[in-house]
Amino acid sequence: MELTSEMVGTLLLTLKLASATTLILLAAGIPIAYWIAFSPSRLRPFAETLISMPLVLPPTVLGFYFLIAFNPAGAVGGALASLFDLRLVFSFPGLVVASVVYSLPFMVQPLQSGFRSIPASLAEASATLGKSRFQTLLRVLLPGMKPALLSGIVLSFAHTIGEFGVVLMIGGNIPGVTRVASIAIYDEVEVLHYAAANTYALILIGVTFSILLPVYWKRSARIW
Amino acid sequence: MIRFKVRKMLHASSGPMLLSVEEEVSEGEFVALYGPSGAGKTTLLRMIAGLTAPDEGTVSAGAECWYDSRSRVNLATRRRELGFVFQDYALFPHMTVRGNLEYAAGSRDRSAVADELLGMTDLRELADRFPGALSGGQQQRVALARALVRKPKLLLLDEPLSALDRAARVKLQDELLELHARFRMTVIMVSHDVAEICRLAGRVLSLEAGAVVHRGVPSDLFAASSGGAFTIEGEISALVKTGAGGILVSVVAGANIVRVEVTEKEGSDLRVGKRVAVTSELLNSRIVKL
Repeated sequence: MELTSEMVGTLLLTLKLASATTLILLAAGIPIAYWIAFSPSRLRPFAETLISMPLVLPPTVLGFYFLIAFNPAGAVGGALASLFDLRLVFSFPGLVVASVVYSLPFMVQPLQSGFRSIPASLAEASATLGKSRFQTLLRVLLPGMKPALLSGIVLSFAHTIGEFGVVLMIGGNIPGVTRVASIAIYDEVEVLHYAAANTYALILIGVTFSILLPVYWKRSARIW
Repeated sequence: MIRFKVRKMLHASSGPMLLSVEEEVSEGEFVALYGPSGAGKTTLLRMIAGLTAPDEGTVSAGAECWYDSRSRVNLATRRRELGFVFQDYALFPHMTVRGNLEYAAGSRDRSAVADELLGMTDLRELADRFPGALSGGQQQRVALARALVRKPKLLLLDEPLSALDRAARVKLQDELLELHARFRMTVIMVSHDVAEICRLAGRVLSLEAGAVVHRGVPSDLFAASSGGAFTIEGEISALVKTGAGGILVSVVAGANIVRVEVTEKEGSDLRVGKRVAVTSELLNSRIVKL
């Protein structure tokens, strides 16, 4: 098994994408899950449906519309390009945006059930002690749902590593910019470089196994 | 002085019920809310705390308006100066006993405040334990101490002692009396334990189906049916015809079964499972120590 510098670059890019996606999802997922768990709004089922759709839609659907929307010649893409000098098609930021949307249910769903698992009286008790909702979130709710947080983080991270279709559609296959490991495997197989594909594949198996294992380990040991 | 006049439509298992209560509680008073489950006691307590919104009415504490449906005032719970003890204690499981108290104390000299209350409620030795490692009585003491950390002028207790055994209950009643004498806060307590109410409360409001049906001094209220008479409430567990044309009714009250013989006519509308009161007029009451 030979690891070239190009392979290292591709793997690092994959990890960079997964890390950035997970961080953004954590920041966005907590308020979204909080709203879904506690809001009496009638819009809630619609929001839940939208967030869950990436689970069942072919990734190419999402990728296709991203491609259309972010095209610099189009309205949204044009505005982004002229206002922020941001190009989301065939670029790393574009990959991050697409991955965030695509992995959203993997963050939001565990957090949402985490919020719901906490007895309502705990948040109420915190309010009777003079604490704001934000203080209650930070000190009572989030510390009380660590397993859910861990699941959300790990599943989003692992799922982003495993992405293929969305990434290919919006990012293409530019070495060092948008070529992540899952695409590199496809690429190597196409040109019959089975050894290189095998290296990538084995590394991905190892990485995903070792980040998923702690979640289920903790779950069965119930240390948290 | 706590003043409330609230109305709320509740959807109980037996159908819709209007909870409508108007009352004034003076400063330092210890008031019990008594009544069958589903009468609206807990909802009333939650409306005072701001945890449940009334449909209409007002709630005020002294000169401060907490809730007014007409002027659309609804002060958030966290801005109402009160302590609340929940039926399930609601201790934060990931914080130690001390952590629970310090969280309540906020930033200023929190460890000193926590220390004071830990000492007062005899919890110093348990300070570093987590709630999961405490007995029910201990958890209840922590919940009480935590509710008092901010020295609230109003303490709301939702059946605080109902889950405890007799010994723990009596001990906590003593503590509650002591703390009340010390802090002189106003207390409103939901309870369905007559002995407890007589011991702790200066006044009792008896709720039934959303309305106050009696108010007064506990000993007067519960001794209502005149001298020498005892009333116990219970559920009919069996109806057996006796040879002499009567019916032997078994009534379960707490852990006891009382048997009363009635005539067939008297017993015609009695059914197993029905709640009844057994009244017994005794000429010579005696007290036997338990």
